Parts: sequence; C-alpha cells; structure tokens
Amino acid sequence: MAEQPSATTTAPGEVTLPSGYTYTSVTDKIANIVLTRRSRWPWFLTFSIALVCMLAFFLACGVLFIVGPGIWGINIPVAWGYAIGNFVWWIGIGHAGTFISAILLLLRQKWRTSINRFAEAMTLFAAGIAGIFPILHLGRPWFFYWLVPYPDAMSLWPQWRSPLVWDFFAISTYLTVSLVFWYMGLIPDLATLRDRAKTRTQQLIYGLFALGWRGEARHWARHQSAYLLMAGLATPLVVSVHSVVSLDFAIGNTPGYHSTIFPPYFVAGALFSGFAMVLTLAIPLRHFFGLHEFITMRHLENCAKVLLATGWFVAYGYLSETFMAYYSNDPFEIYMVQNRMTGPYAPVYWALITCNVLAPQIMWWRAARRSVPVLFVLSLVVNMGMWMERFLIVVSSLHRDFLPSAWGLFIPTRWDWIHLLGSIGMFVVLFMLFIRFLPAISIAEIREMLHEEKSS
Amino acid sequence: MTGYGLLAEFKTAEDLVEAARRARAAGYRRVEAYSPFPVEGLVEAVGSYKDRIPLLTLLGGIVGGAGGYFMQWYSAVVAYPIDQGGRPYHSWPAFIPVTFELAVLGAALAAFFGMLALNGLPKLYHPLFNVPEFELASRSRFFLFIRYDDRRHDAPGARDFLASLQPLRLMEVPR
Repeated sequence: MAEQPSATTTAPGEVTLPSGYTYTSVTDKIANIVLTRRSRWPWFLTFSIALVCMLAFFLACGVLFIVGPGIWGINIPVAWGYAIGNFVWWIGIGHAGTFISAILLLLRQKWRTSINRFAEAMTLFAAGIAGIFPILHLGRPWFFYWLVPYPDAMSLWPQWRSPLVWDFFAISTYLTVSLVFWYMGLIPDLATLRDRAKTRTQQLIYGLFALGWRGEARHWARHQSAYLLMAGLATPLVVSVHSVVSLDFAIGNTPGYHSTIFPPYFVAGALFSGFAMVLTLAIPLRHFFGLHEFITMRHLENCAKVLLATGWFVAYGYLSETFMAYYSNDPFEIYMVQNRMTGPYAPVYWALITCNVLAPQIMWWRAARRSVPVLFVLSLVVNMGMWMERFLIVVSSLHRDFLPSAWGLFIPTRWDWIHLLGSIGMFVVLFMLFIRFLPAISIAEIREMLHEEKSS
Repeated sequence: MTGYGLLAEFKTAEDLVEAARRARAAGYRRVEAYSPFPVEGLVEAVGSYKDRIPLLTLLGGIVGGAGGYFMQWYSAVVAYPIDQGGRPYHSWPAFIPVTFELAVLGAALAAFFGMLALNGLPKLYHPLFNVPEFELASRSRFFLFIRYDDRRHDAPGARDFLASLQPLRLMEVPR
C-alpha cells in the first residue's frame, strides 16, 4: 500500500496528528465533546428537524400497519417499490463503516483511526434502518419472525433455497457483528469517559457499559487479538452481505435482475455510497466540533480517492449490464436496456449516470479533492445518485418485463416519500445522539498513534 | 487490615515496560501493568500469556457453521421435506450462504465473549478503583501493580523494590 508510516509523517502539512498533543490533551479534547460541551443551536436545530422527520416516519409506519402497503404506489407488476430500493440503499451505506474499520485495519492504513468510530456508528444505524424496510414491505409485518428457524407449533421451516431467507441471515449477522465490533472498540473509551465523568449519572452509565475495563496488559492483548480477528471476519462478511442482497434480484429471471455481475456490482456500489456518506457526515462533524486536527484534509482526500475508484467500479457495472444485454442477444434484456435509457424512467437513468459516473470525475483534480465544499456537495450528489440507481434497478426492471399486456408504471405516493425522508431523519437523529453521548473518534487508538509517532 | 497491593505510576510506556521486566526478573509473579492504550511488548514483560482467543474464535466458527448446516439439512431433509421443482432435498449449494453467515456469527460472538470471559469482565468493582490516581490509567499514565499475595512478597521489600524503579508516585491499594 502507498501509505507507509514513514511516508505519512514526512509529507509536509499532512501529518496524521498535530505536534504538541499529549495523551492528556487528546483524551480531554475528544472526551469533553461528550462530557462537558454544551449543545449549541446547530445541534438542536438539526436534531429537531430530524426528530420531526423521524416522527413522521413512525406515523407513516402506523398508517402502513393499519391500512397496508396499498398506501404506497406499488401494485402488480411493480410490487417492489421504494421500500426495497430504500433497503438496498441503506444497507449499501452501511458498508463503508465496516470497510474502514476492518479492511483498512488489516491493510494497516493508519489514517483510518480518526474516522473508523463514527463510520462504524453510521454502519450500525444505516444497517438497522435498512433492516426495517423489508419488514415494513411484508404486508403482514407481524409475521416476519416466520423467517427465523424455530421449532414452531405449525412444524414449518424456512425455505433455505430462497435468497430472501439468506438475506435475513446476512443482514441479522451483519447487524450483530457490526454492533459487537463497534462496542468492543468502544469499551476502553467508555472506561475513559467513566474516569473523566463530571457527574454521578455519567459515571454510572459509562461505568456500566465500560464493564469495569481497567486496561491491564493481558486484557489489552486479548482485546487486540479479538479485535483483529473480528476485522478478519468482518471483511468477507461485508462482501457477502451485499452479494446476498444482490442475489435477491439476480436469482429471479426478470430482465435486468438476472445477471452474474450483480454481486460485485452491488458491493462496489455499497462502498461508493458508503464513502459518500462518510464524507457527508465527516465534514459537518469536523466543522462543528472543531476536529480539524483529527479529521484532516488528508482523510477527506483519501475518502475522495476511494470514491473515485469505487465510482469506476460502479461505472463498469453499468457498462457491463448494457454490454451483456446485447451480447446475450436476449430480446427482453435488450429491451430492458433500451427502455431504461429511453423509457418512462429515462430521466432517472441519465440523472444517475450524471451523479455517479460524471460528477465524481472532478476528483481527478487535486484542488477539488482538497476543497471541503466541493467534497460535501459531491458526497450528497453521489448519495442521491446511488439512491436513484437502487430505485431504477428495482422499478425499471419490473415495470416492463415480458408480456406488454402485463406492463405498468410505478408512481410514488406521498407515503413513499415520507418513508424515505423519515428514514433519513431517523438516521440523523441516531447519529446526532451518538455524537453527543459517545466519543466520535476512538480515543485509545489516537493515544496509541501518538505513542507510535513519538517513538518513531 | 491488609491491603490489596502496591501501585506504582510511570510517565511513559517505555518506563512501564522496563519496570515490568525488572519486576519479573526480581521474582515477582503477580505483576499487572495498566496502560491507556495497548503497549507493544508489555504483555511479554508482565509474564506468561497465552493467547487463547484465536482458538475460541475458530471453535465458535466451526460450531456456528456446522450447526447452521445441520439445521438446514435437518429441516430440509428430515423435518420438512418439500419437493421444489425436483431438486434434491439435500441441495447443498443453496445451504452455503446461511452456513457462511452463521459461521461468521459464531466466530465473532466467540471472539467477543471469549475476550470478556478470559479478561474476567464485566467486573464493575475492583480494588484498584479505590485509588483516585488510577483514573489516569485510562488517560495518560502507566501503572505497575504488585499484589500482596505474590509469593515473593514481603511488604517492605516490595515497597523498596518499587521505589527503586523511581516511579512518579507509589500508592497503597486498599482491598
């Protein structure tokens, strides 16, 4: 890999940590965001707006449970609408956290240290929200536990040959492993918060969750061993999750779904949207909490480079889909591609090409990679583009499949939009609570990095 | 009333590693070292340590994967066989994704809970928490601790020994 430790410290103005920091000052700086800093109006304003959106989401779920999925625009032939698109989009966003934490850890990319914690939190929240959508979409969501293999009185078992059952296992495993990985990394920091706590309540709550962590040498050794192994396990897991999600589509024979490119194409898209979301979150975080010294330009630039690279994987996916349709000589596949580019959803297709393929090319310029406003806008553009891609995969393939007599259009209703925007609100609420109550940057890892820099 | 042990505070990680090494060399066996981040070489310095986490993780993975596969085989072949388009009941390729996920789940949970169990966590009360200065162990300082029930322990000797390492502070830990 390009980033050798020696190279990171010698590049002028790009050192990973500013000089003059001590163990005490890094600890206090990050811990005090949680412990003593009072919330200011930008936090309250964002939180309130997001809270309203989240409540709207709950309201929409209530209406959905009472009335049924008919409140959405879905019907036959387009029985999968926003709910499935949102699910795929959110689970994709939930991939970058594990990628940053696990894969970059294994590759010894030290720069990941200041962004892994909040990226993991992002993963957890996004994957959790993603998991809600298929359940909402079930029609009879109260029976979702039938997917769980348990010895029930009906003597029924899940259908193991169905990708939807695989998906249930993939998502629940991913959520559990992400939670455990995140929490394991948090334990030493929770101990720091317990010891630095200013009030009895803080001390009790952080103390309970710190589980009595003391930082003994053998404890650290086991912690590190388990953390590294978990990273090794999470690496194939993260690849498997979106692959399995893509099989929900690829196993079906609908034109536009039935394709072997889907698993890698979905994984690349997941990393692409995930890194875009990391940028969307990192930029306001460093701005409002004064974390410029920890989340440096170098971090943002590296994220931008990953964005550029994964953007090309995604572009390759688009190209391959089109090529394979013609190469297969299957009239339905060819029609699907033509319909995607010129049919009723063509504006969405060209918008997504603009957002996902054309817009990221600006990252070739160093000046653009180093401009915070450009990066922020681009990250939003990519997030939007990836949502449109998910929408298009789900809807455009279904709306005109084989027999023209069975064609139809999907038009989203206001409830579709409320569920989408409401889920974004819920994500923001969870993230805002996270940055107020937990250290957004791993304090113990920053101390370790400081020690390595001092001794090198 | 006898205390729990003696705690010496050091300024740098290197001092702590050196102190732990000398304590072991002097014959102390119940030596514990506390640091605000994992320090390389410290675990070797404080004494014998065998990393059992990889083995536990492997076992967890095997149990998860084998159990997951068995569950699918049992339900699809024995408990609830369905003829699905003439496919064999034991259609193993379709069982792989769930087997893989459950193997990862088993391994990850074994790694996490194994780490907690071997570390004796959760342990919300520990005598060291009675020492106010010990809170720096999660912030900036490095501590060496020798328990009074160390077999080589004769109280004045241990105090003199720790003092000879020139710690920043030397503290008695009450039980």
